[in-house]
Amino acid sequence: MMKKCFKATYIGLILFLLYAPILLLAVYSFNSADIIGTWGEFSFRHYITLFTDEAILEMIGNTLLLAFSAAILSTVLGTAGALGIYYSKRRVKTALNGVSQIPIINAEIVTALALAITFVVVGIEKSFFTLLIGHMVICAPFVVLSIMPKLKQMDNSLYEAALDLGASPAKALFKVVLPQIIPGVISGFMLAITLSLDDYIVTSYCKPSTFNTISTYVYNATTKGNAHTAVTLSSFWALTTIIFVVIVATVVAANLIGKKKEER
Amino acid sequence: MASQHIIELQNVTKYFDDNLVIDNVSFYVKKGEFITFLGPSGCGKTTTLRMIAGFDLPSEGKILLNGKDISLLPPNKRPVNTVFQRYALFPHLNIFENIAFGLRMKKVVNTYRNEKGEEYQKVEKLSKAEIAAKVKKALALVDLEGFEKRSVATLSGGQQQRVAIARAIVNEPEILLLDEPLGALDLKMRKEMQIELKEMHKRLGITFIYVTHDQEEALTMSDTIVVMADGVVQQIGTPTDIYNEPANTFVADFIGESNIFNGTIVGDRRVKFCGKTFDCVDDFERNEKVDVVVRPEDIVMCTPEEGTIKGKVISVVFKGIHYEITVQVGKYEVVIQSTECRKVGEVIGMKIPAQEIHLMKPKYTSNVFDGVITKRNTVEFADGEFECDVTQLYPGSHIDEEDYLVTATGEQIDLTGTEVTVEVGLYDVSISDDEEVGGTTGNIISIIYKGDHYRLIVRTDGEDEEDFVFATDDLWNENDRVSVVVPKDKIRLTLKNTEDKKR
Amino acid sequence: MKRLRFSRKTLGIPYAVFLLFFVVIPMLVIVFYAFTDQENHFSVMNFAKFFSDPTKLSTIVYSLVIALITTVCCLVIAYPVALILARSKMKKKSVILMLFVTPMWINFVLRVNAIRELLNWIGLLGEANYFNTILGMVYDFLPFMILPLYNTLVKIDNSLYEASADLGGNAFTTFTRVTLPLSMPGIMSGITMVFLPSMTNYVVSDMLGNSKITIIGKFIETYFGSDWHMGSMIALILLIVVFTSTMLTGGFQSEENVRGANL
Repeated sequence: MMKKCFKATYIGLILFLLYAPILLLAVYSFNSADIIGTWGEFSFRHYITLFTDEAILEMIGNTLLLAFSAAILSTVLGTAGALGIYYSKRRVKTALNGVSQIPIINAEIVTALALAITFVVVGIEKSFFTLLIGHMVICAPFVVLSIMPKLKQMDNSLYEAALDLGASPAKALFKVVLPQIIPGVISGFMLAITLSLDDYIVTSYCKPSTFNTISTYVYNATTKGNAHTAVTLSSFWALTTIIFVVIVATVVAANLIGKKKEER
Repeated sequence: MASQHIIELQNVTKYFDDNLVIDNVSFYVKKGEFITFLGPSGCGKTTTLRMIAGFDLPSEGKILLNGKDISLLPPNKRPVNTVFQRYALFPHLNIFENIAFGLRMKKVVNTYRNEKGEEYQKVEKLSKAEIAAKVKKALALVDLEGFEKRSVATLSGGQQQRVAIARAIVNEPEILLLDEPLGALDLKMRKEMQIELKEMHKRLGITFIYVTHDQEEALTMSDTIVVMADGVVQQIGTPTDIYNEPANTFVADFIGESNIFNGTIVGDRRVKFCGKTFDCVDDFERNEKVDVVVRPEDIVMCTPEEGTIKGKVISVVFKGIHYEITVQVGKYEVVIQSTECRKVGEVIGMKIPAQEIHLMKPKYTSNVFDGVITKRNTVEFADGEFECDVTQLYPGSHIDEEDYLVTATGEQIDLTGTEVTVEVGLYDVSISDDEEVGGTTGNIISIIYKGDHYRLIVRTDGEDEEDFVFATDDLWNENDRVSVVVPKDKIRLTLKNTEDKKR
Repeated sequence: MKRLRFSRKTLGIPYAVFLLFFVVIPMLVIVFYAFTDQENHFSVMNFAKFFSDPTKLSTIVYSLVIALITTVCCLVIAYPVALILARSKMKKKSVILMLFVTPMWINFVLRVNAIRELLNWIGLLGEANYFNTILGMVYDFLPFMILPLYNTLVKIDNSLYEASADLGGNAFTTFTRVTLPLSMPGIMSGITMVFLPSMTNYVVSDMLGNSKITIIGKFIETYFGSDWHMGSMIALILLIVVFTSTMLTGGFQSEENVRGANL
């Protein structure tokens, strides 16, 4: 009994420490003051700033635009890539798999530096396009990685059965193979979104100077002090809180859906 | 009549990378028959089926369908359908959609009449109603009415099997290919399905090509059996032919139980084995060595005085419908199947009717390889290097101190690189599980018991892939890795270039 | 009419081309810059300079020490969490595991910012740079350690613990002789997943260390502005170290261990 109590306490303590900073911000995001520790009065002030400041709104829009375009392109590229790799001859397979793992194992800073220097060498001006490429380099290999196991689990005679029943190779792929790997495609897409939303280093190396995502904006605001005012800094509290609530809601919803599926 | 041959294979050879899996196979399948490819795993039967289905393409040779070459036609263009080994039902589709899959791919030419009364044709997909009707009929045929909405995962193995059959036959193929379809079912289910498949074959009237490694299944169901081993067709015939007149010891050993002995022809239709002479019906040259095959149920037990041979019973096992009695006859073991029981230790006599003694030419009498003499006066063959006596190449020759061969006339010859034919007798090979001992290493690919010894085939694992055939008293297991030992004085060498032969 | 014949293998071509242009070629560019001087002549000067400059080397050592402490802290905190969760018979343990991963889905920089605000509130910001940096890294990378550990621990068959007890092992020997050796793959993969970012992810050290701490990642960043050749050389060395250590620890981590992809 003692043991059980101790275990629960330990887990609880670590969880508390993990959530403490976020909860602190969440509480003070409803405070009228701009400094944590001094309580003014309950207020939506920071939220109002968040939703009226054009620069902040723009960088949020940029982040979402970038994340979704990078994730969609990576998913298409990665799904086709995974299928191509899986059905290739062994030597091609090993080579492509190996290269595909480089961005996964590599330190992000190395990937970022290599890309940035290459863009300059080749003479490509930094733009949304280069940024998109940068994000695809980190996302697409993860899509491939999450689809591969599904392909390996699949019974290979399914594809042959489809051909046997008169489907053309393309039809067999879309009507039979794709449905088998769709869970891998979805988790690859989700992974791509989170990777893109989270990224700072590759973004900072590949972005044009006028373009900001949440990551680069907040980083610059805190370290270089080019956030215009303390008002902006405290609106990050509100942003953190909103993101946190959205994530918790998604997790709960996903859990509920999963449970319903299990019950059926 | 050639048109009766729905499928014909002409000299078909198939390599996977560099591995030869089908070696120059030719045969035909008659329209409407139930034909079975039978053989141990890895014999090439599934590959043959897959080439007919179009999943694998032959490396050489042709496959004809109704006389037309279809060797390179993709599977979706062939009028054949397959029932897969593990069914390959689409897990994301329900039973109805699984069966309708092929129908939805199909396009048919419909003829219509316009207002003016002119006929015109349109290529159309099957209508929903047509598909539904066909699926319903197919489900009824396999006794699964009302299963349309079920998902694949909720079905038992036997039911999945039926869906797989329904999914194939709903397309009305000319040929139904079945790749070990009953392999995953339990024994009772398998027996039931065997009968049902046979019935279905009768009712549909189409050609069935069936692949199995289960000889009993093949014997029960087929009109024709193609026995395969090592990518080569061993025998083609009706079940009765194959059982009663096996073409070689492999077939005899693989189909049913057999006693296999080494025999010698001693007179006109007289053969000697197990130390006694028997009457037989096959005609061979006098003194010819033959393989003798006798089915255990064909041996008649009698009193020791009446029998051609006699021996002591060493084991009796009850097998349900018969007893399996093993008798020691001299140094040979003879297995008998009989409904009568005998006691262990009892001495009994045995007779074998002449027509039940099957004689066949032995496939292997000795091992012949191509070899090359090396610098050290050893010979390289079958992926290995063996010590040998090179002086046998030139009568009266000897080896001098510098390892050169000196002929009888005093001529010095450097043998390095000389191509020779190497011959090793059936009884001159031994094997060891210590890989260092022998001249070459390989895996045991075949074991046949011959009454008092085993006949083994070892295939070397280098690129030559040569087979050593030999006799041994020791029991080994198939696929054991062994090294092959040949004593120096048992390697017979002859020069390849006949001009140099001085005999 | 000529029709392009569809083949499954051709599907991989766009991805292969993409990898060639944006992964292989950039890596080659890095190698080229690492071994050339300002005039683009072949040179090993960068390599020599790197290992002869004491300030450079001391930066590297500091960075390694920070990464080492971070990794050890993560391991010590995460192992009990993973073990308790893996061995608990609770039905809802996946929910608790999820709670450990959820913060990872908040934007990384915002998460670091949250600790920054917390440290500022306590009054540590700008006062204890090394402590703050390590604290921030442990906070941010902890889930990378918990997940692989949990994934290997949860796969250990309960009968192994029973067998150990049956053969006379007490709780301690069972842990050291059974649990720990069997969880080694998880430990290794956790270590690689924490150690590498703690050496290179300079967002944490910049934001919490008051820009006073230079880790290897930051080091490369500073050279990006001034000397590409030196920057490339450091990047190349890092690349080689990372790849050899991944090879040694038995290949890269499977996707289930990466960033909570299994949830």
